[in-house]
Amino acid sequence: MAEENADRTVARSWLLLVVVTVLVGLVGFVAIFILGAQITEHDPTETFFEASDVFVQPDAEWNTTIFVSKSPETREIRRLTWLVVLISVGIFVVVEGLLVFAMIRYRRKNAETTGEPVQMYGSNPVELAWTVIPILIVVTLCLATVRTIHSVQPTAGERPENSLTVEVIGHRWWWEFRIPEYDVVTANELVVPVQRPIWLELGSADVIHSFWVPELQGKMDAIPVKTNYWQFTADEVGTYLGQCAEYCGTQHANMLIRIDVKDEADFKTWATNQALPAPNETTPSAVNGRKVFLEYACQNCHGVAGLSDGNFAPDLTHLMSRTLIAGGMLPNTIDNLKAWVENPQAIKPGCDMPALQLSKSEIEDVVSFLATLK
Amino acid sequence: MTVLPRTSTAKPEPSRPGVLERVHEWVVTIDHKRLGILYISAGILFFLVGGIEAGVIRYQLAYAANPTIDPVTFNQMFTMHGTTMVFLVGMPVLLGFGNYLTPLMIGTRDMAFPRLNAWGFWVFLFGGLLLYYSFIGSSGLYGAPGAPDVGWFAYSPLTTRAFNRGNNVDYWTLGILVSGFGSMATGINLVVTILCLRCKGMKLMRMPIMVWSMLVTGFLVMIALPVLTAAQVMLLFDRFLGAHFFDPQLEGSVLLWQHLFWFFGHPEVYILIIPAFGFISEIIPVFSRKVIFGYTMMVVALVWIAFQSMGVWAHHMFAVGLPPSLNAFFAASTFLIAVPTGIKIFNWIGTIWGGRIIYKTPMLFALGFVGMFVIGGLTGIMLATVPFDWDVSDSYFVVGHFHYVLFGGTLFAIFGAIYYWFPKMSGKMLSEKLGKLHFWVLFIGFNLTFAPMHVSGMLGMPRRIYTYAPDRGLDIWNLLSSIGYGVQFIAILIFVWNILHSLRKGEDAGDDPWDAWTLEWATTSPPKSWNFNPLPVVKSRRPLWDAKHPEDPDHEYE
Ligand code: HEC
Ligand SMILES: [Cu+2]
Ligand SMILES: [Cu+2]
Repeated sequence: MAEENADRTVARSWLLLVVVTVLVGLVGFVAIFILGAQITEHDPTETFFEASDVFVQPDAEWNTTIFVSKSPETREIRRLTWLVVLISVGIFVVVEGLLVFAMIRYRRKNAETTGEPVQMYGSNPVELAWTVIPILIVVTLCLATVRTIHSVQPTAGERPENSLTVEVIGHRWWWEFRIPEYDVVTANELVVPVQRPIWLELGSADVIHSFWVPELQGKMDAIPVKTNYWQFTADEVGTYLGQCAEYCGTQHANMLIRIDVKDEADFKTWATNQALPAPNETTPSAVNGRKVFLEYACQNCHGVAGLSDGNFAPDLTHLMSRTLIAGGMLPNTIDNLKAWVENPQAIKPGCDMPALQLSKSEIEDVVSFLATLK
Repeated sequence: MTVLPRTSTAKPEPSRPGVLERVHEWVVTIDHKRLGILYISAGILFFLVGGIEAGVIRYQLAYAANPTIDPVTFNQMFTMHGTTMVFLVGMPVLLGFGNYLTPLMIGTRDMAFPRLNAWGFWVFLFGGLLLYYSFIGSSGLYGAPGAPDVGWFAYSPLTTRAFNRGNNVDYWTLGILVSGFGSMATGINLVVTILCLRCKGMKLMRMPIMVWSMLVTGFLVMIALPVLTAAQVMLLFDRFLGAHFFDPQLEGSVLLWQHLFWFFGHPEVYILIIPAFGFISEIIPVFSRKVIFGYTMMVVALVWIAFQSMGVWAHHMFAVGLPPSLNAFFAASTFLIAVPTGIKIFNWIGTIWGGRIIYKTPMLFALGFVGMFVIGGLTGIMLATVPFDWDVSDSYFVVGHFHYVLFGGTLFAIFGAIYYWFPKMSGKMLSEKLGKLHFWVLFIGFNLTFAPMHVSGMLGMPRRIYTYAPDRGLDIWNLLSSIGYGVQFIAILIFVWNILHSLRKGEDAGDDPWDAWTLEWATTSPPKSWNFNPLPVVKSRRPLWDAKHPEDPDHEYE
């Protein structure tokens, strides 16, 4: 008699589990499909996050959150992200819910209870259910993922007709940008036109780096002796920030990227200026400074168009057009330049520019020369 | 009361061996139980060291632009932290439990190759010490010694001589290579022991899930580790003999290292989690007072995971520019591995369903494991979505993800296992009060540390940066993580105190303190060196259940 009762309780508890699993699974599945379809039409990021301070850092000069999408590519990724987040949250709620429910419902209520609960060795239909439902979810995820991979990841031959090619070369610990179309060579800060596809050809001069500007595109590695292709089209004029995302040695933390998106005309002005050789300033200090630049090792490492062609270090031809120096560590001011030339190791320990032991006046001179490099 | 070791009070022996003799006994031992305890203790010591390294990291990142720790030291800290936790903590502790428990659970006297077993332990320990010797012995840049600073996966070409002067990379390579030999020896030993030395009646499908997980882990170790060893030998060739396997300037391939490393590295994360699955599959039934639900599917899922874990490695490489079709393949295979993992989680829930759960410390850790592992698993699925991975790979999101898997998962399971089997190993109970305190403080500290990392990652914080600018909105999340570290630190102190205190003053455990069902509880605590006399004969998966319930034995249902 007692045994029969026990059997009935067990049967009931199992029925409960089967019903709960299957129902929640099915409801979740349908909900995911409906919401998933919704997402492909409206990007919920806009509704949920653009208004939220937490994820968007409204006052921050630095905005690197993945929740702000400023290119069709990131919007495409975001849609998929939302689908995945939704599915994951659904599974999370179901599984943790079942777990917590069972933990509370089936706790031993009375320490004196003797005898064991009824033993259940398994149940084929239940186990089948929780094998098949996950497989269905996995298939959905796979299809969505494959679609997005193909629409976002370019391959070598897929360069769009009207795109602007930018060669991105990672160096320890700064970025070199080249725009062959305009003969531009610059460092750390790139200017590109708005609403024109930007075709990136990524490479590295030394170790592996990774190019990551979250609002414009996901990351792609810059690898020595391998060219990776990557692409984005900026929606809006503005400044977008990012940094190296693959550990590349001592100063990996200070290898920042800054992309200024400008309208076509402003971009052209910038690019034409960048292509000019260094101006020939004649203030006495700048003339001395140029001499210092040529006599010390500066010129072996740094290129200045018309003066030197070192290519180990950032090109300085239009140094003063940049906002920051030293991989984004310092604002580009005269004082900072002096401090930098005096002892880069004090500012960016481990970096590849040595302190050249210049005298105070040599530093003054060389920096007034640098200041002419507009 | 005097605090003499209990041997002298209980049964005065003719002459108590001196300290030196006892140390000597441990050094020359080939007893799998002692070696298991040595593995676990060494692992715990390394765990404390690795934890302190994590503390340096969290201290430096507590607020923006913190000037305290210099970049080189910081980079050494995360390299050593990762290497230590994976190779010198996770593997030895898990394999240590495998060593201790496998012969007991399959009813035999020792491992198949006791001497190989001892060799494995000492080689592992030597490898670990060699790695740590780099702090003082390696000659680095400007002649200053320094630990490796290339990250725990040591990507080439960062490890070539051109970019890494000095020889800290050699310490990394040799230390891990040597300790890897120890792990391989243990892997082989486990497989042979389990296949050949089971007691009478212990068919494969009657083995405890824990033993199954050790069998699978043994195979994975045998398959995955040699790949790492080979890659490391190639690296040594590059560095010393002028080869250029990984040197891009001379037609070597930097991605070859990544493929080889992750072909090892992905099975490695399953080497770190499958034994944990085993612990949980023993603890949950006993404290739910129910037989494991769906034994066959549990075994199938283990084997499925093991096979598939060898075909997912490139999900660590979605951002290296593999062709879209390869990315799609590895995304699909990674999604699919979620299915057997899900089966296991559901079957654990199925086991407690309808049970009578007793909330002792091992059970708290086991349930904590299930709850946290689910989170780690789900963020894993998100990361398998290649385009989302482009967003957050190599960011703190990933750091959050794998700590939910390896800390909330593996480490919680290890703590559960320590609380569960400590009575068997020492004959003493650990304090329940301290144990529960340990669990809750750790649980809170763990979530406080690692949940915010998902956010800082999505806000654009790459991993492995030693500093970040103040105006990026990262401060608060990092501060929370660092505070969480402090909370965890307290939890670990409680744990250490619990161990030390209970070893001296713990309650006597008796042979079978948890009223459990597997064979290790059929012998004394601690077991004699010969384990069983006579060797047991079993008729079902739960021999002690059969003995305790002769009217309703298991073998009528299996
Ligand atoms: C051994 C090569 C080397 C020499 C010699 C050298 N530099 Fe540099 N320099 C570098 C490198 C490398 C960087 C980039 C450092 C970084 O950001 O990690 C750099 C950065 C700079 C920058 C900042 C550029 C930017 O946009 O961030 C300036 C300015 C500069 N150097 C000026 C000089 C001057 C002036 C001299 C001579 C007195 C000089 N350098 C000599 C290698 C060199
Ligand atoms: Cu980097
Ligand atoms: Cu992996």
